[in-house]
Amino acid sequence: MSAANSTRVNDFTIKIATVNGTGSASANTLLMKSIFRSGIPVMGKNYFPSNIQGLPTWYEIRITRDGHVARSGQVDIMVAMNAETYARDVREVAAGGYLVYDSTWPRPALLKREDITVLGVPLAQLCNESFNGVRTRILMKNICYAGVLAALLDLDLERIRELLAETYAKKPQLVESNMKAIQLGYDYARGAFACPLPLRVEKMAKTAGHIMIDGNTAAALGCVYAGATVAAWYPITPSTSLMDAFKMFSDRMRVDPASGRKNFAFIQAEDELAAIGMVIGAMWNGARAFTATSGPGISLMNEFLGLAYYAEVPAVIFDIQRVGPSTGMPTRTQQGDLMECAYASHGDTRHVCLYPSNPEECFYMAVQAFDLAERLQTPVLVLSDLDIGMNDWMCRDLKWDDNYRPDRGKVLGKAEVLELKKFYRFLDLDDDGIPYRTLPGVHPKAAYFTRGSGHTQYGAYTEDSADYQVVLDRLLRKWATAKKLVPRAVIDATAGAPVGLVSLGSCDGAVREAIEVLKSRGVGVDYMRVRSFPFSEDVERFLTAHELLFVVEQNRDAQLRALLTLETAVEKSRLRSLLHYNGLPISSSFIVEGVLAELQPRQRLQPKGAAHG
Amino acid sequence: MTFIAKPKVAHPSLPKNALGFTRRDYEGALSTLCAGCGHDSITAAIVEASWGLALEPQNVVKLSGIGCSSKTTAYFVSGGHGFNSVHGRMPSIAMGANAANRSLHYIGVSGDGDTLSIGLGQFCHAIRRNLNMLYIIENNGVYGLTKGQFSASADVGSRAKKGETNFQPPIDPVLLAMTLGASFVARSFSGDKQQLVPLIQAGLKHQGFALIDVLSPCVTFNDHEGSTKSYAYTREHYEPAVHADFVPLEREITADYKEGETLPLIMHDGSRIVLRKLDAAYDPTNRTLAAAQIQERMKAGEYLTGLLFVDLEPAQSAFHVVNQTPDAPLNSIPFEVLSPGSKGLEKALARYR
Repeated sequence: MSAANSTRVNDFTIKIATVNGTGSASANTLLMKSIFRSGIPVMGKNYFPSNIQGLPTWYEIRITRDGHVARSGQVDIMVAMNAETYARDVREVAAGGYLVYDSTWPRPALLKREDITVLGVPLAQLCNESFNGVRTRILMKNICYAGVLAALLDLDLERIRELLAETYAKKPQLVESNMKAIQLGYDYARGAFACPLPLRVEKMAKTAGHIMIDGNTAAALGCVYAGATVAAWYPITPSTSLMDAFKMFSDRMRVDPASGRKNFAFIQAEDELAAIGMVIGAMWNGARAFTATSGPGISLMNEFLGLAYYAEVPAVIFDIQRVGPSTGMPTRTQQGDLMECAYASHGDTRHVCLYPSNPEECFYMAVQAFDLAERLQTPVLVLSDLDIGMNDWMCRDLKWDDNYRPDRGKVLGKAEVLELKKFYRFLDLDDDGIPYRTLPGVHPKAAYFTRGSGHTQYGAYTEDSADYQVVLDRLLRKWATAKKLVPRAVIDATAGAPVGLVSLGSCDGAVREAIEVLKSRGVGVDYMRVRSFPFSEDVERFLTAHELLFVVEQNRDAQLRALLTLETAVEKSRLRSLLHYNGLPISSSFIVEGVLAELQPRQRLQPKGAAHG
Repeated sequence: MTFIAKPKVAHPSLPKNALGFTRRDYEGALSTLCAGCGHDSITAAIVEASWGLALEPQNVVKLSGIGCSSKTTAYFVSGGHGFNSVHGRMPSIAMGANAANRSLHYIGVSGDGDTLSIGLGQFCHAIRRNLNMLYIIENNGVYGLTKGQFSASADVGSRAKKGETNFQPPIDPVLLAMTLGASFVARSFSGDKQQLVPLIQAGLKHQGFALIDVLSPCVTFNDHEGSTKSYAYTREHYEPAVHADFVPLEREITADYKEGETLPLIMHDGSRIVLRKLDAAYDPTNRTLAAAQIQERMKAGEYLTGLLFVDLEPAQSAFHVVNQTPDAPLNSIPFEVLSPGSKGLEKALARYR
């Protein structure tokens, strides 16, 4: 596909290669937000190193008039600011695309590609002439390329000034110096090149009622709205910003105006073991509590998760998945903790998991996680990932229903306990597998002993086989109840095809775009996005109704596929895996290619149209 | 066995506390520990102390990890909730529970393995956070439930039942707690109820982390000759340095105490701890000197006991002070106060447009 020969207004991808710690993040956010403010749907992905300064970092901005939310898998304009990665950055530009580079230093090697247009801008020279101080010059060089892009893409400079004014509301002198750097780049590009490029932006009105927000911020906001009062965690990328955001919102929204006291406790624990222990202790004692972590943290929490499952204590855990195994690539994304979370801990344990697909869903699922945890008296894990958690996504405005009240589950108060002849903690009185609990401090009659050792349904210690099994079997009945309470899958069966795509979480945007592309090529497929574990009943029905199923996920070992084969009756032979696990967010093109590679040879063997009925 | 209900029969003549409860009302399930276990004496001391303080049983929260000691939380104050958690992680459960409801009494019971090996990290950090709880270590120098391995508190030269000698230096929880800044540090002996009961009472009333390391011989695996944690050895080598009497608010200090020999300390609620120095040279209010003396005497093979260090000044490090939480428990704050509503959301989202 040639980009240069066609005018692709509001439909192309820019990638910016820089060195981390040089202020490029501000420049990239500025660019993306100015496009968003011009009413054009936009996607931003940050590929950053596990480092503070000096390593390569990339930022990808996809301008997408059709409102796609995933990577296209193609780069049309590359801004190559990092000498170290020049060679590969140049290679990545699609034929017919553009390369912008700092021509202060000649790069003869760049001329090796004749199928792209190379635009040299002496950024360092321009900034050295206009700014003093090494640090300032480095920072301004990055703002300067934003100015170059503004000219090339036809961005509104007033929008940019407005955004800078908001960012630096307290330091107006920075607005001027940043604007000066923008103007330098802008003027140079206008003088040297034919601006704007065929790839450019044009105002639209498609972002009203939307926000640009990352999933960690949205999940934190959900925790505030759910009424969480105890937050305990141990710092780990990429989950830390969720806790930071909870603190930021709580410091603003949870401080008693009269006394200055804070209606929340924020505890940086000594490790993840302690963090989950604190959450369990707090929820056992009637506060809504949560922790946020990533894969390695879940590994450490395993023992406690088993205790909470067996002793039936609610807990809410956000797992912002990153690349494993082990330390892996901590600043890259993956869906590698599906199995780990579903069956965390020794013995027969199974946990309720929720799989949000974007920041908007992180907000609502955060609230839902607390309701489910307290209703089911069990840990609930919300599996987000680095892509959702740390990238800004365009999503619909978050809405709040003021009539919402938390579901605190079966908690007996003093009056209710006094009416009982005797309180027993683990009896299944309602045939739903969920027993009644009490909180410390209520009444001596309500007291019970919580333990991870074998216990009877009356709450007493036991080593008796039958007594032990009564409780374990009831936990299975509770699991069946969970199946009915968890969010159902999102199913789009409009194609009515014998072929279905099954996916979850952050794959959603790429899958939905892929389905459109496939449709345009005459291949209709149905789609099911799983949103929870245990799988709701509609999951089994969808699997049964489709002849061939592609399971799209971001890990090597096909973990969702494995869960489906373990927990449903689907035959393995009907499931094909499309696995993306290089650490970058999955792109729509990866899915399209994967599906076509499997289907097209088959189609040749079948009468036309049969594959997509 | 705990599944055999302990009969709750109280003779009408049994003395009652201010709430009208007898000591029986502060008991728990039947102990399943070995006959003669030091831990059972500590359980009895907790019962006595709780009865004496007239604690509302439901306001007592009992927390433990794993091990013989950790089982004992089932054996006292059955009217309070108990949480027998996982090995070495009781402090984090206590932290979370206390964060949720600061108005209850938190009693943690742990052992030397639970605290000084697997749980050393959480123990240290609970002190660092100055978590308001009473933390009792039932210290016997040995792993009982797994049948007789040395623990991290075993002394150099101490001999195991199977004959092995320990050469690794012990971790002393008292010195450790003092180094970490604990404001209430005591050591006692399970066989000295006179000393232990007032210490538990003072520890329960103390605002902040209160540690009592109780030497508590294991009759089955560590009571032989050659052990430095046996009943005989402990009786011979424990040296009461400071006796602490707990005097509740409503009681006057009686005239038993001679001027100059005693030091009354006033607690946050007006009750007092009256310290009687049994060792004239010892100063339980000077952290550095006290620690030096404990160490020195330890080298000589003596365990100083009593309230070894106390600082009743309100601590800036106390968890709820640091967190600026309200006086009302966090778990009692109405949802309407906690959730900023749809208007608040609109405001919060403005910067994401």
